[in-house]
Amino acid sequence: MSTHNHRPNIWQRCHIDLPLLLGLLSLMAYGLIVIYSAGGEDVALLDRQMVRMVLSLIIMFGIAQINPEVLRRWAFPIYMTGIILLLGVHFFGEINKGAQRWLNVGFMKFQPSELIKLVFPITMAWYISKFPLPPKKRYLAGAGILLLIPTLLIAKQPDLGTSILVAASGIFVLFLSGMSWMIVIGVVVGILAMLPILWFFLMHDYQRTRVLTLFNPEQDPLGAGYHIIQSKIAIGSGGLWGKGWLQGTQSQLEFLPERHTDFIFAVIGEEFGLIGSAILLTLYLYVIGRGLVIASQAQTSFSRLLAGSITLTFFVYIFVNIGMVSGLLPVVGVPLPLISYGGTSMLTLMTGFGILMSIHTHRRFIDR
Amino acid sequence: MAPNKRVTMNDHAAEASLFKRRAIFTFFCVVSLLSLLLINLYQLQIISFQDYTTRSNDNRIRVVPIAPSRGLIYDRNGVLLAENQPFYSLEMLPEKVKNIPEMLNELKSIIPLSAEQIEDVIQSLKGHRRFKPLTIKNRLTEDQVAQFSVNQYRFPGVSVEAGLKRYYPYTSLFTHALGYVGRINRRDQIKLERENEWKQYAATNDIGKQGIERFYESTLHGKPGHLEEEVNNRGRTIRILKSDAPEPGKDIYLTLDLKLQQKAVQLLDGRRGSIVAIDPRDGGILAMVSSPSYDPNMFVHGISSKAYNKLLNSTSRPLINRATQGQYAPASTIKPFLALMGLENKTITPQTRVWDPGYWQIPGVERKYRDWKRWGHGWVNVHSAIVESCDIYFYNLAYKSGVNNIARFMAPFGFGETTGVDINEESTGILPSKDWKRARYNQPWYIGDTISVGIGQGYWTATPLQIANAAAILANKGKRFVPHFLKSVNTNTTDEDPNNELTPLKLKDPSNWKIVSEAMREAAHKSRFKNAPYTAAMKTGTAQVFSVAEDTRYNAKTIDEHLRDNALVIAYAPYENPQIVLSVVLENVGWGSKNAGPVARAMLDEYMLRDNGKTVK
Repeated sequence: MSTHNHRPNIWQRCHIDLPLLLGLLSLMAYGLIVIYSAGGEDVALLDRQMVRMVLSLIIMFGIAQINPEVLRRWAFPIYMTGIILLLGVHFFGEINKGAQRWLNVGFMKFQPSELIKLVFPITMAWYISKFPLPPKKRYLAGAGILLLIPTLLIAKQPDLGTSILVAASGIFVLFLSGMSWMIVIGVVVGILAMLPILWFFLMHDYQRTRVLTLFNPEQDPLGAGYHIIQSKIAIGSGGLWGKGWLQGTQSQLEFLPERHTDFIFAVIGEEFGLIGSAILLTLYLYVIGRGLVIASQAQTSFSRLLAGSITLTFFVYIFVNIGMVSGLLPVVGVPLPLISYGGTSMLTLMTGFGILMSIHTHRRFIDR
Repeated sequence: MAPNKRVTMNDHAAEASLFKRRAIFTFFCVVSLLSLLLINLYQLQIISFQDYTTRSNDNRIRVVPIAPSRGLIYDRNGVLLAENQPFYSLEMLPEKVKNIPEMLNELKSIIPLSAEQIEDVIQSLKGHRRFKPLTIKNRLTEDQVAQFSVNQYRFPGVSVEAGLKRYYPYTSLFTHALGYVGRINRRDQIKLERENEWKQYAATNDIGKQGIERFYESTLHGKPGHLEEEVNNRGRTIRILKSDAPEPGKDIYLTLDLKLQQKAVQLLDGRRGSIVAIDPRDGGILAMVSSPSYDPNMFVHGISSKAYNKLLNSTSRPLINRATQGQYAPASTIKPFLALMGLENKTITPQTRVWDPGYWQIPGVERKYRDWKRWGHGWVNVHSAIVESCDIYFYNLAYKSGVNNIARFMAPFGFGETTGVDINEESTGILPSKDWKRARYNQPWYIGDTISVGIGQGYWTATPLQIANAAAILANKGKRFVPHFLKSVNTNTTDEDPNNELTPLKLKDPSNWKIVSEAMREAAHKSRFKNAPYTAAMKTGTAQVFSVAEDTRYNAKTIDEHLRDNALVIAYAPYENPQIVLSVVLENVGWGSKNAGPVARAMLDEYMLRDNGKTVK
């Protein structure tokens, strides 16, 4: 046993993981620089985003103080509450932009799907870690039910982006728990087999259009293909070094839609080039790597699974968003994490990172 | 926990190492997927760099859609019923306004804006696309336009837009038939997207919401044009490169007749009720009034929530189209049809006589069904039963026929299903049968139910349009049309055959038509049409109240006049070769022949005796 492990430094006592915090702050700073350019040099916009960042850092700090054991105990009740709220949205929710996602609780509007996004990996980790790992097949059925209820309720809102993220966070828990490869492969094959059914029977026409647009955006350059064409032109014309900060013609002349929200990556590609994009990807990789290290060093399987799932969900955001903006994936409403303008996803993500920090700093140093 | 600690520790180690292996595997996946993104970026930014740079430089051309002008709507004589008027509105691009509430506050000093209007703007901002202009205020006066133009520099992102707006010169006269247009909302957008029509609406603000405006939306709307303009590096338009003009929507001509419609409105005089007039020769609707009505122009410019709630909560329910959605017991107007059924099925013959002592009893049952005439009609045959509207005769006939025979015979007259008229607001009414009652109430059919059906009451309901349509089939001796408003598109002709004719209804014995209509002729000329200079046929009815609200979503409460009867009448003229068929329903006014009869006379007088603009050949 080594003595210095017994005396946590100041950061650990505050339950802060410095390497992770530095990664997150770098990403946020990068985001502010890009938003300033993408938002048309609007200082007020920048102010609002900074307020959100400070707020979500405070929340992260607060969450980090909570012992993961507490989360484990409360996971299921909160999950059930989330499901009830989702049902509430289903029946009493407000319709906004054609989708029913908001619940009006008098003083504020609230999206139960965000709560589910947070609590779901915790619930899944709680459930799976109750049993010896790798989980037996019969426990997987329970996990499947836990997974399907919120996923379907959210997909029905309809909010495909969020339901994919929720489902992914649960599937990551199962995968990390050591579910047998046979099942993993079976699920993958099953999903592939489902695709034609999805395409022909379940997808709306506009969703099919989005997919077809992906393969041939030039078909309808001023309609369905507009977003993706403009975004690819922005990225492609950035070249190696980019056109320079505030110099992107695509973004500054407003050819690029939603440039400070979902399509902000195109601004990075245009103004900072391949180098800027690579730097961003490196920062992301660093955060993911740190998250997986935290997960591997965790002491209970609950903490391990939870930390792993949070980290990998973060990666899904990145991959889906950049894939969509650079023309690899169909358009799904997922923001670029910690960079896109907007508060909800930042709050959710930072709460997740708060949990990571809590897991890492609440380890008990057992003598071996 | 303590006893098997060792085991737990072992499991712990195994679980941890299992997790580590999985974590390393996923990390490897993450790295390869991120590399995939990077490779794709390399492909875009390095390999295709030149290509995209060229396209980016060329990207100075912006395409702006131009809205087509909406087709006009005329009546059968070419009178304009729906036109487009130029108007000015104040619009903003939410994307370009920094602080919207502040801007609106400042704007108040130049353009009068009520607190309610500001609230409305802020409300509609939610769920509004930031790149699409949002209207702040409609119908600016020339003064206001000038006032704003001088101060425009203070309001970046706000501008005065000139455009065309729908205007209905006859205001509330045609509301329920024409419907109205209103701002495209989210639901319209979703519908258009689903139909792959959304692109056509890139520059359009309004869409048909009700009535003919909605039904013929695709005809009236037209195709948008495009303006290709070059923008400078600040996004301002430098010059227009190319433009293709929009293709205006097609004009449509309706079968409606302004004068007859005016007469109908005048006769109803704001009372609750409906008048429908059909030309039996082609099924064209000459007049359709649902009263009370409202001014559709309110909806064109975005009705205030206060005004809308007033309409919505009004006890007389102006928003309902009574002519096609009001479900009324057809009452005695149904007797000629039942007589026809009896004759056709040989349940009765023209000579069959029934003794009417003022009441009727189901054989072996004590209960007495009363005639409207307390002391009875004495001996009646089918002719006098129709002329005098004898209830006893039809109690007996219904009893002998049974409800399923009635339902089977009445279905081809269009009862119990929508007529297919070219507006979407239509109800089916109810043509009761044993199966229907079982499905609807899960109850068996009772004989007593059949008896009230015999005088067009009980479960039987129909819309005024259905009643008029059935009367037209009767007047036509079986020739059937889908009742419709559309006469022609683009030019006012009668040549176009819109294919509205249905297979005719054939009787085994065609002379039965005559027996029934002869009785209706006598009913007309013995009473209201005694001195009419033309021949007519008529049948009145008085229905115990069956509230309009039965199957509608407007749940305002009726509290007044609930106990008075509805007055109904069907009528047509001339008797020999009918040119107009009419159904009138007046809610809660009392006796049918006294109240609805004169209305029918006045309507037929208007149409038959007009000196000019007579549309008949």
